[in-house]
Amino acid sequence: MATVAATSTAGRSSRRRPDRGRRREVLAGYLFSLPFLALFLVFTIGPVLASFLMSFTDLRSADVRSPLAVGFIGIDNYTKLFSDESFRKAAFNTAYFVVIGVPLTMMLALAVAVALDTGITRFRAFFRVGYYLPVVTSIVAVAVVWRFLLQPDSGLVNTLLGYVGIDGPSWLRSTTWAMPSLIAMSAWRNMGSLVIIFLAGLQVVPKEMHEAAAIDGAGAWARFRHITLPMLRPTLLFGGVVTMIGYLQFFEEPFVMTRGGPLDSTLSTAYYTYNQFGFGNYSYAAAMAYVLFVVIALVTALQFKWLGSKE
Amino acid sequence: MTTSTRHETTAGAAIPLVAAPEPTSRPRRRRSADIGEPRGIPWVYAVLIGGLVLLVGPFLWMLLGSFRPNRELKEVPPAWLPEHPTLDNYRTLFTELDFPTFFLNSVVVAVAITVGNLIFCSMLGYALAKLHFPGKRMIFGLVLGTLMVPGVVTFVPLFVLVSNLGMVNTFPGLIFPFLAGPFGVFLMRQFFQSLPDELIHAARVDGAGEFRIFWSIMLPLCRPALATLGILTFLASWNNFLWPLVVAQSEEKYTLPVALAIYAIGENNSDYGLLMAGSVAIIVPVLIVFLVLQKHFVRGIAMTGIK
Repeated sequence: MATVAATSTAGRSSRRRPDRGRRREVLAGYLFSLPFLALFLVFTIGPVLASFLMSFTDLRSADVRSPLAVGFIGIDNYTKLFSDESFRKAAFNTAYFVVIGVPLTMMLALAVAVALDTGITRFRAFFRVGYYLPVVTSIVAVAVVWRFLLQPDSGLVNTLLGYVGIDGPSWLRSTTWAMPSLIAMSAWRNMGSLVIIFLAGLQVVPKEMHEAAAIDGAGAWARFRHITLPMLRPTLLFGGVVTMIGYLQFFEEPFVMTRGGPLDSTLSTAYYTYNQFGFGNYSYAAAMAYVLFVVIALVTALQFKWLGSKE
Repeated sequence: MTTSTRHETTAGAAIPLVAAPEPTSRPRRRRSADIGEPRGIPWVYAVLIGGLVLLVGPFLWMLLGSFRPNRELKEVPPAWLPEHPTLDNYRTLFTELDFPTFFLNSVVVAVAITVGNLIFCSMLGYALAKLHFPGKRMIFGLVLGTLMVPGVVTFVPLFVLVSNLGMVNTFPGLIFPFLAGPFGVFLMRQFFQSLPDELIHAARVDGAGEFRIFWSIMLPLCRPALATLGILTFLASWNNFLWPLVVAQSEEKYTLPVALAIYAIGENNSDYGLLMAGSVAIIVPVLIVFLVLQKHFVRGIAMTGIK
């Protein structure tokens, strides 16, 4: 009898102490979350929602002080958007930049990563740092340097081409060559972070599988295709999504190198959004930004579905 | 969904290997040699070196160009080495343009944003990883959901908000929108989760308060993660362009990239030497920091994949 009573009180008290501790822990949880959440709601969540609502209004720069007193115009901004010649051009250019740029950057990065992983045994850290170098630099500064590299007469690129007898074009002033120039520069700058990501992924590919396949007579290319690539699928997917999200928003490159020209041939969606904002067409810019946002979300979801479930 | 979780573990597991690939490489190499499979080692080195020359070349061109007088920069064909090296470009940068101000602005903004993220993200990351409270999963979902929201989506309403707060063309206007970034929460939560719960239980038994447990026991163990987050945040802020371009409306609030871009497209657009020197001024400090602290960069990239 006495033992039962003793255990029950002990049980009760030990249950009560964690209760008090739990309440303190819950309180601490909220207090620790509060500063971040307050800033996050005001400066991130709020604007994401506001951007959506704003795109259905006729808000202009003149209404900045009274953003709640604007008129509701439904989907007018969106219908206007799709009949806007410049927007269609910008959307096409953005697609061009992404469709060529992302695979190009990924292939270069994969080649370098595989070469670093299996092709060499020394100076690996040195190469890794070297290839990552451009990633840490400001796109604006890099774009300024590339503008000079691509100068028709005094630029390095055409001088080097001249040595092998090629008369290089006026890269950034040509409607044909301006976009490929921007793509080349972006691949050059962004390759390094994919090299690091792919190198991390390659560490997970079991060496035993390669050895077994090699004993069975599989060549290097066959092993790359049938062992490395399938094992690397999650890493490739991740690298692809991250690169595409970045490329869909390209802005600094045309801003500094071409001002969107010649003849809008390098005008990107993000750049056109910025221009419309500059003209004071705030709600129109918001609608444009939201279209870009939805495309980014859709493409990301599709890519996960498409690449991720193919096991 | 399964893919994303799988990926997280993949990247997470790879970190130690990435940080120290050298030891694993040698035995592997020997084993493949045992199979008797020839490897094109010499040509792989040659190709990698060729690639590296292409990557580093533009920087070298920039650095050498910044010491050349303007007329030399317009020479056809261009020479690599300056014939008459000069510091004029840098002199103009510092005396005629308000370069020290731009530099200081960039530093102030980047430091404030970095400190803010270190504090706010580690607090929330700790709460999400180690404390139990209702709504926790929802908060994490909300934060993670905005990880991919591009800056171009929010800058218009953000500008309206900042205008109404009277913060256009001010430091708070440049800093506040970036003080609490979702990326840092993700990173810190991952790291805190790897620390043992027993530390917290033991400290509670000893009567330590929740804040003290966080500040004096858990946070000091997070130094590697804090270093990675700090460096990546500083870098992102240093190179940030769209928002400072929108908010900084007069020269005395320009950050370096904004000043450089505006000079590059404005009336100075053919002053090559000056623009090269300006590029050097933005890139070189970051390159030095990168070369000194490169292992933190590599860890951050491998952990999260975000530049």
